Amino acid sequence: MCVAVPGEILTLEPDGTAVVDFGGTRRTVSLALVEGAAPGDYVVVHAGFALHRVDPEEARETLALFRSVLDEQPG
Amino acid sequence: MNNPAEAARDPELASRLLERLHRYAGPPVGVMEVCGTHTVAIARLGLRSLLPDGVRLHSGPGCPVCVTPARVFDEALALAQDGVTLATYGDAVRVPGSADTLGEARSRGAAVRVVYSALDALELARREPEREVAFLGLGFETTAPTVAWAVKAAREEGRSNFSVLSAHKALLPAMEALLRDPEVAIGAFLCPGHATMVLGAQAYAPLAEEYRVPCVVAGFEPNDVLVGLVRVLDQVERGEARVENVYPRAVDDAPNRAALGVLDDVFVRVGSAWRGLGELPGSGYELAEAYGQHDARRRFLAGRSFPGREPEGCRCAQVLRGVLEPRECPLFGGRCTPEHPVGACMVSSEGACGAHHRYREAGAP
Repeated sequence: MCVAVPGEILTLEPDGTAVVDFGGTRRTVSLALVEGAAPGDYVVVHAGFALHRVDPEEARETLALFRSVLDEQPG
Repeated sequence: MNNPAEAARDPELASRLLERLHRYAGPPVGVMEVCGTHTVAIARLGLRSLLPDGVRLHSGPGCPVCVTPARVFDEALALAQDGVTLATYGDAVRVPGSADTLGEARSRGAAVRVVYSALDALELARREPEREVAFLGLGFETTAPTVAWAVKAAREEGRSNFSVLSAHKALLPAMEALLRDPEVAIGAFLCPGHATMVLGAQAYAPLAEEYRVPCVVAGFEPNDVLVGLVRVLDQVERGEARVENVYPRAVDDAPNRAALGVLDDVFVRVGSAWRGLGELPGSGYELAEAYGQHDARRRFLAGRSFPGREPEGCRCAQVLRGVLEPRECPLFGGRCTPEHPVGACMVSSEGACGAHHRYREAGAP
């Protein structure tokens, strides 16, 4: 129900939507609920709306997080 | 490890994370997930059978269809039987009201349409201006802003034949109600990735602080869930109770202001009834006065009351609070299966019973 899927913005349309590519499937998505999205950005999409713009820095943070959890000693 | 999505699904990393999980040396603890997508991910992984001793996972009220009481489906049925085109999500047409499901009503000629989003329902209203289209809106803060935006768009374009029957719910009041419930033993929350995209991770800070529960926001790939659990257990071991976000590629500490803005504009918070939790103050989203002409309840159902009878013998109410495991329900797997569901928790693929049944978690029949 709250499933959301990341996709890449291909083009911006004049009506505030964008064509987004989800691994080969293209859909028109509303950008009304995110700020500053541009072609090439990845957005997380739910029910026809982009709800989050993925910052490349956040992707790097994820990798760092996985590594750090394995390196840490618990407790 | 160069791509976060790949890393999140990497089996070798998963086995190392499981090892790390098994070094847990803290007290026994119950961890509750409050998102249907987590419920499915945990069932698919068979994670319950892989946990260290003393760690239990409970599914909470995270499946919108499951927490919506029968009365809402009675209302939706009444609309469809009165000639309104009732549009809603696929899961919602299979949940029984007091008598029928929307799907059964459709097979007898009621106008029930399955759509992917509120935008699709609005499009339906545009295409068929002579028909009234009402959208049964369910879901938490992930979905509610998308519905709010559709309502706002309808008002701006004077689309008077589009309305919403809102059963949207706020997640935090339900989490708080569970923490206050003496029957429920929750030591930590695994917080939902996508609702938190809208709410912002810091939304859980008051809960973590006041009730001394770790709140860890996690994603939905196997390693996202495992990292979330590692962090939860680390906090329990250290006696900490903080908000942590291990899903930074989709969630910020701060809320999505655009989404919350349209939510606050179109909806007001009211008391609302949850299956399993009863009436919770401030936990429902109802259309604000200014959008009254798009409120299906106000327009078509004023003054009518509905029985809202729950199915006989159904124990969804206890399952949703994590006080009963799905397989402990006498109906589970016998009278109640995904093919012939009795209760909402079995109807939805995200419901605890549906997920348990599909993935036959350890110990399930």
